[in-house]
Amino acid sequence: MTTSPEPRSGCPVQNSTSRATATWQSLLEHDSRHDPYPLYARLRDSGPVQQLDDGAFLVTGYDEILQVVHDPRISSDLLAGRPETAEAGPALTSAFVMKDPPIHGRLRGQTMRHFGPPHRAGYVDSLRGDIARTARSLVDAFPASGTIDLVEAFAYPLPVLMICDVLGVPHEDEPRFHAWSASIIAPPEATAPEEAAMLEEEASTATSELGAYLTHLAEIHRGTPQGDLLSGLVNDDSDESLSTSEIISTAIMLLIGGHETTVNMIANGALTLLRHPGELEQLRRDPSSMPRVFEELLRLEPPAQVTPKYVALENVPVGDVTITKGSPVWIAWAAANRDPRHFTDPDRFDPLRADRDHLGFGAGIHACFGAPLARLETQIALTELFTRLDDVQLVDDPPPYRRNPLLRGPSRLDVTFSRILGPQAER
Amino acid sequence: MHIAVDMTRCQSYAQCAFLAPDVFQFEGEEALVYDPEPSEELRARVEQSAAACPVQAIRLDGERKRPTPSTSAPSALTAADRVVVVGASLAGLTAVETLRSGGFTGPVTVIGDEPNEPYDRPPLSKQVLRGTAAAAGTRLPRASDLDVEWRLGTAATGLDLGTRTVLLADGGRVPYDRVLIATGTRARPWPVSHEAALDGVHTLRTAADAADLRAQLVARPHRVLVIGGGFTGSEIASACRRLDIPVTLVDRGPAPLSRALGETVGDVLAAIQRDHGVDLRSSTTVTSLRADAHGAVAAATLSDGTEVDADVVVVAIGALRNTEWLLESGISIGPLGVDCDASCRALRPDGSIVDGVFVAGDVAASPHPSGDGRRISMEHWGNAVGQATVAADNMRTDGLARHDEVPVFWSNQFGHVIKSVGAPESADTVVITQGSTARRAFVAVYGAGDRIVGAIALDHVKWIEHYRHQIGSGAGFPPEGQNIDPPPRAESGIRPRLRTPDPITTQASDGRTAL
Repeated sequence: MTTSPEPRSGCPVQNSTSRATATWQSLLEHDSRHDPYPLYARLRDSGPVQQLDDGAFLVTGYDEILQVVHDPRISSDLLAGRPETAEAGPALTSAFVMKDPPIHGRLRGQTMRHFGPPHRAGYVDSLRGDIARTARSLVDAFPASGTIDLVEAFAYPLPVLMICDVLGVPHEDEPRFHAWSASIIAPPEATAPEEAAMLEEEASTATSELGAYLTHLAEIHRGTPQGDLLSGLVNDDSDESLSTSEIISTAIMLLIGGHETTVNMIANGALTLLRHPGELEQLRRDPSSMPRVFEELLRLEPPAQVTPKYVALENVPVGDVTITKGSPVWIAWAAANRDPRHFTDPDRFDPLRADRDHLGFGAGIHACFGAPLARLETQIALTELFTRLDDVQLVDDPPPYRRNPLLRGPSRLDVTFSRILGPQAER
Repeated sequence: MHIAVDMTRCQSYAQCAFLAPDVFQFEGEEALVYDPEPSEELRARVEQSAAACPVQAIRLDGERKRPTPSTSAPSALTAADRVVVVGASLAGLTAVETLRSGGFTGPVTVIGDEPNEPYDRPPLSKQVLRGTAAAAGTRLPRASDLDVEWRLGTAATGLDLGTRTVLLADGGRVPYDRVLIATGTRARPWPVSHEAALDGVHTLRTAADAADLRAQLVARPHRVLVIGGGFTGSEIASACRRLDIPVTLVDRGPAPLSRALGETVGDVLAAIQRDHGVDLRSSTTVTSLRADAHGAVAAATLSDGTEVDADVVVVAIGALRNTEWLLESGISIGPLGVDCDASCRALRPDGSIVDGVFVAGDVAASPHPSGDGRRISMEHWGNAVGQATVAADNMRTDGLARHDEVPVFWSNQFGHVIKSVGAPESADTVVITQGSTARRAFVAVYGAGDRIVGAIALDHVKWIEHYRHQIGSGAGFPPEGQNIDPPPRAESGIRPRLRTPDPITTQASDGRTAL
């Protein structure tokens, strides 16, 4: 395979389509997981909007993505344009991430009443202390020195304990969630049709079981609000409050979000910093620079790489390509974050860069609901990690990766360190 | 510390309000209000918010203005060239920042008639009136190394093109090699001078105006009468209602903002105002103001013969361009301001370019984007920034970049944000494309003939980006085909922008005028 950009003149449709599909398929292969960026670059360079052989349009350019996700002719509803079907049970596909306005607005707005502004403006900010205590206790539990898997010991438990607290799920039930969540996001990992069918089946079973568990939990919270989001939703008596089915779908989505993204954000962030010792040393000397460092980490290594959920309701021209009516549209945020037409020297990790408007949390009305929580968790986690562990070194570079190409991150991140320093407050 | 939010960029993602709830708040679902002068202890949170903003709209003290695309163009100025900016406001400051970001190291002098360093005006009619920010607390954030000679509290009184000198009220003479005219506007006063001079009669344009009006509101007036239902008048009425002060708004149009946005949208805004307790008198004017025995305003007589008792009157009937100082200069001046070309270069009456003189902001009368020879002036924040950036770049590089970005404007009132793109005032028809006017969250698209020329969103602001793109690319009107969230049938269909034709007028109360 060549890495040279495709010519854009002439009649490139047939040719570039199959080439784009081949590149996309390489991207899905597990071998590409540790560094998909040259493949994203190849796709983007040969056309920021391209149709794959299965009919889907893949959008990889920064400006093009912003255009598409703000276009009201692009729907997020899988059922858009199709005949109405009987309402399915609670599932990720009926959560607001897969809905259009006005339903989206009502579901997201009602959920936001219990999470953020304007109704609960200080809530996420009030979790800073809990996040810091949780991060500190996880580091306290590390061995005094030696080798540790940061994913298992740190990047996984921190956001998962926090999402359990936010949602109102008992910590002791967490292992069951881990299994359900992993099954629900597994289907894109399939490499063969039989495997896909099996993974879909397992995902469906997991969704039902998780839904049943959450329904039971919701009943426990009904009438006895605990200050958590699930309590808030089941005890909401405002005009547009959510039905039980809507609450369960929303809770499933938030649990998946809490399990499958921030974990990668922390692990990707730690890995990237360990690969850039100069910047890491700078950060250790001046932890107040973390907000900028974080945004740059998210630009460079976004956990949510591609969102394959949109569909065109009409022919939508984007640049010199027309996304045809009825086609699926896949948004490759990870490619846009390194688009050289928008970011100077895009592959370089540069926390001081002026162009910081990355798309790591998405854009438009479906921009990440949990972004403020994920941002605080990751910033606090990485600060705790690198101010307390001395002489941290990567064991394997690249580390092994999880199979999922859309929600990307290391499956293990073994590091060595020489000692643990006391918590900052005690030093 | 000083901050400002570029609301033309803001899409209400609310990341700032999560991270620094003491500084940034949302009223309703999408209307952002913020403290322009947060305490130093909040700096870490403000910096975290600024870094997190998905559209990078938060400006902080000490941060360099982001370099513009033409920054890399070679400079035509040397370090010996003297740049003078007349007008110490948003446009003037933006021009200086653009020059410095572009690498200009020569002397820069900024002349301003007000004693204040450049400050942000949008908070004056919102946070300052409500008391959540001080009138003196809206200084614009700026880079620490601008290296400017400030000549503040001294008005410019003349411009001598022959000797390349700006003349000052104090007799001073400031020589220039390049000069930017950014003297802006002042509030149009109440036309009856002895009534305008009564105690309790206000206008709102400057920080001092805002401080005076705020002091009156603190004293809990019996009733505030706002004259003019444009953006400023509506925001003042909103602030009064937030303070639970009775307010009557008298507007000669058929609905608030109808001149700018038409009656379909104006009717929604009228309903919102009335729901918030505003005594709204549309299609009505004030015929006289009456004083009490102490020379303070006490009541107004309206064109329908009714009387309104009010101890505070705010006159919000538009603005006048500060061009008098240029009348002898030989530069072309009209009712819309200082004539300039699309590259922000000042013109003579014969249309020739005035060497070394540039114009930006509210005072600039630019070629109308239609290219039909009309001129347009836009008294909007985003226009001041955009024109000043283009003017400063052209000044520095002898370039001919054009200021032709699609205008963006916003207003916060009654817990809603209104965002406008393009030129809704130039449309003849309007159609609701998304959301619902009944739910008070919608997008309206404006057409002139078969072209989209503007769009506004009431809340729903994330969609505006799409329509800005459509306007810029000359898309057809009405928008065709299916889109998500179409309005209910009763609200769909194309309507005239105004039920009755717009009477020709030069008096603007909505911040934008075309002749």
